[in-house]
Amino acid sequence: MDKAMDQRNDPSAQIDYKALDAIIEKEFNSDKENLIMMLQAIQKAYNYLPRPALNYLALKIGVPYSKIYGVATFYSTFSLEPRGRNIISICLGTACHVRGAERVHERIEEALGISDGQTTQDQRFTLESVRCIGCCSLGPVVKINEDMHARLPTDQVGKVLDQYE
Amino acid sequence: MKILSVDDLDKIGQEHSKRLYWPDAVKVNIGMASCGIAAGAQTSYEKAKEVFPAGSGVQICQTGCIGFCEEEPLVEILGYGKPRVMYKHITEDKIADAINGYMEGDFNKKWILGQMRDARSVLEDGTDNALAGTEPADGIPYLEDIPFYSKQVKIALRNCGYIDPDSIEEYIARAGYRAFLQSLQEMDPTDIIRIIKESGLRGRGGGGFPTGIKWATCAKQKGRRFIICNADEGDPGAYMDRSILEGDPHSVLEGMLIAGVAIGSNQGSIYVRNEYPLAVKRLVTAIKEAEAYGLLGEGIAGSDFSFDIKISTGAGAFVCGESTALMASLEGNVGRPRAKYVHTVEKGFRDSPSNLNNVETYANVPAILLKGAGWFAGMGTDLSKGTKAFSLVGKVKNTGLVEVPMGISLRDIVFKLGGGVPKKKEFKAVQTGGPSGGCIPERFLDLPVDYQKLNEVGSIMGSGGMIVMDQDTCMVDVARYFLDFLKDESCGQCNPCREGIKQMLAILTRICEGNGDKGDIELLEELGSMVQKFSLCGLGTSAPNPVLTTILYFRDEYEAHIIDKKCPAGVCKPLFHYAIDAEACTGCRVCARKCPQKAISGKKKEPHTLNQDKCIKCGICYDACKFDAIQIR
Repeated sequence: MDKAMDQRNDPSAQIDYKALDAIIEKEFNSDKENLIMMLQAIQKAYNYLPRPALNYLALKIGVPYSKIYGVATFYSTFSLEPRGRNIISICLGTACHVRGAERVHERIEEALGISDGQTTQDQRFTLESVRCIGCCSLGPVVKINEDMHARLPTDQVGKVLDQYE
Repeated sequence: MKILSVDDLDKIGQEHSKRLYWPDAVKVNIGMASCGIAAGAQTSYEKAKEVFPAGSGVQICQTGCIGFCEEEPLVEILGYGKPRVMYKHITEDKIADAINGYMEGDFNKKWILGQMRDARSVLEDGTDNALAGTEPADGIPYLEDIPFYSKQVKIALRNCGYIDPDSIEEYIARAGYRAFLQSLQEMDPTDIIRIIKESGLRGRGGGGFPTGIKWATCAKQKGRRFIICNADEGDPGAYMDRSILEGDPHSVLEGMLIAGVAIGSNQGSIYVRNEYPLAVKRLVTAIKEAEAYGLLGEGIAGSDFSFDIKISTGAGAFVCGESTALMASLEGNVGRPRAKYVHTVEKGFRDSPSNLNNVETYANVPAILLKGAGWFAGMGTDLSKGTKAFSLVGKVKNTGLVEVPMGISLRDIVFKLGGGVPKKKEFKAVQTGGPSGGCIPERFLDLPVDYQKLNEVGSIMGSGGMIVMDQDTCMVDVARYFLDFLKDESCGQCNPCREGIKQMLAILTRICEGNGDKGDIELLEELGSMVQKFSLCGLGTSAPNPVLTTILYFRDEYEAHIIDKKCPAGVCKPLFHYAIDAEACTGCRVCARKCPQKAISGKKKEPHTLNQDKCIKCGICYDACKFDAIQIR
């Protein structure tokens, strides 16, 4: 992990170890095979994967930190950096692509001044592109947090973003 | 109550078929799969519950994907002595009116999609009780006469949109778990496998490997065996498996249980995409319900057969759809495929024999056992039997989920069911097989859809995504798009895939930017053939397909990009500009108002002009103009 990454992924992040134990032991039986699902549960709780939580997980289930780091960086849903209050997932699946998702993507990037994978300075939005969320008939689709915005025309991007604080 | 016999199933079925077919109260089924919810079904549902609370004489119920996504939210209303009417676009502001109108006998014809003649599934067509109750009405078209539904035969999707996916009783009422109990109590495992072999069922995930042969090989292995379901539907543009899991999760559980009996396994796993939260939720409910009835767990139906099913969620890696990578991921590892000198049926999950089939394959199994191998094999072509579900999306009027017999022509699917390309645009190609498939041009549209025929034209059946492309789709850009996808998804362990895709992408990007050179096409072909031949797994060996098929069928578009420096479809920004056709422009000012750059000027009712220096080619004006006055040059 490089230095910049270390700073963004604050090693002193506040972790509730009891809650972590509940995830690891109760929900997933401390079973190494459940590593991916444990990471998903941790990310759900913190919005990203804080390093101290991963260190703790490594000790708890006896999997080297290097392997956990490998898994966390291999799968695209995991983030090692804190993400914004609102997560924009723009679908760039084929059906959305042919219906102009790329243009919607550009409009969002322009409106927020960030590119794919980045978070705005004020922590309001994180922009992530995803490959198909299975609502292909409604393309182009943008998911913000849990809300689906279907058949989104390029000129409506600003209006939709304004709905989120 | 624990279910011990087929008689027990019958009892539950009889009690609940009333709810499905002739309810005392008026029943409202709202299509609530993910895409229905995205289109507004959730708010319609909440509104209906508010206006018609419990005891009001109207039952508000959820169901899975009704298929015709273009017309979502779809709502079906039925009542004793009345027709089963399907309404389209029923958003929250319309739902109370639709229900009230229905009850008063005024069916709000404007909102009607059609009525159903027979709501029974293919597994129940020998019974008659289901037809009692509802009465067709005059003057409302039948759904099966509507082009979108006309050629469909629903086997894998037999319950999607008919039952409440969270109700095991409704699944049982439509002949559910009957095939499983019969195979457990009355059949020899070798007979089950023989029937699956004779049915000609092939893997619906894309590979098309004969399911019966896979089962037979796995059953022969020694040691503990695993039954795994691949629900990692990663192909962009495909959502058949999501719809089955969200609309009829028990059909998949039952298919896995039958595989468990046939192969001799007591442990099943479902590897499902984390991007499908609703599918996961409905699977969790379904497993709990099946456990409560003793259809999963220890000593099922009084026998010594035990079977558990565990759900594992993926984390966004396309390569995990590959069998060995999927199994590595199930073990909690990085999902990298391995060379398949030894197949996963011999050594897969935990180095043990593992039978992997996809969602749709398992969903077909109970139907085949109940109706017989001959019935299933009677549909389709020589080597592709039965039906296949497709998600028909992209530039097509009737987007949605369809299930058709194998052997139907692409033209029927795109133009008859799909209604052709919207906005009077010209059809260009249909893409099948996702990133491993290819783009099939107009001249092959009469091709019967089966595994061989699609291979012959350079594409594959794949899992069933069918993306229609029109004149506004640039084929060079599509090839670039897929390689960009695959570059991100390559696991990176073998050189041909990791470096080959990257280099091919660099060439395509350069072509799309207007910097293509003569010889680039040949270079792409050479690199593509190398990646095909030397990659380790299926992801790599099929990665060049979208590039090679677009070169084969749309070489002129590549040449236009490279030689003329033009993008005829108006997608590759450096290679075209928008211009206003002064003769077609009516001066309506719509484009000028919408332009975010204020690049369009002109007086009302006079032709406008476009300032090229300000234009960012966002395409808003092109989409907004109703008179085709904005042109791509």
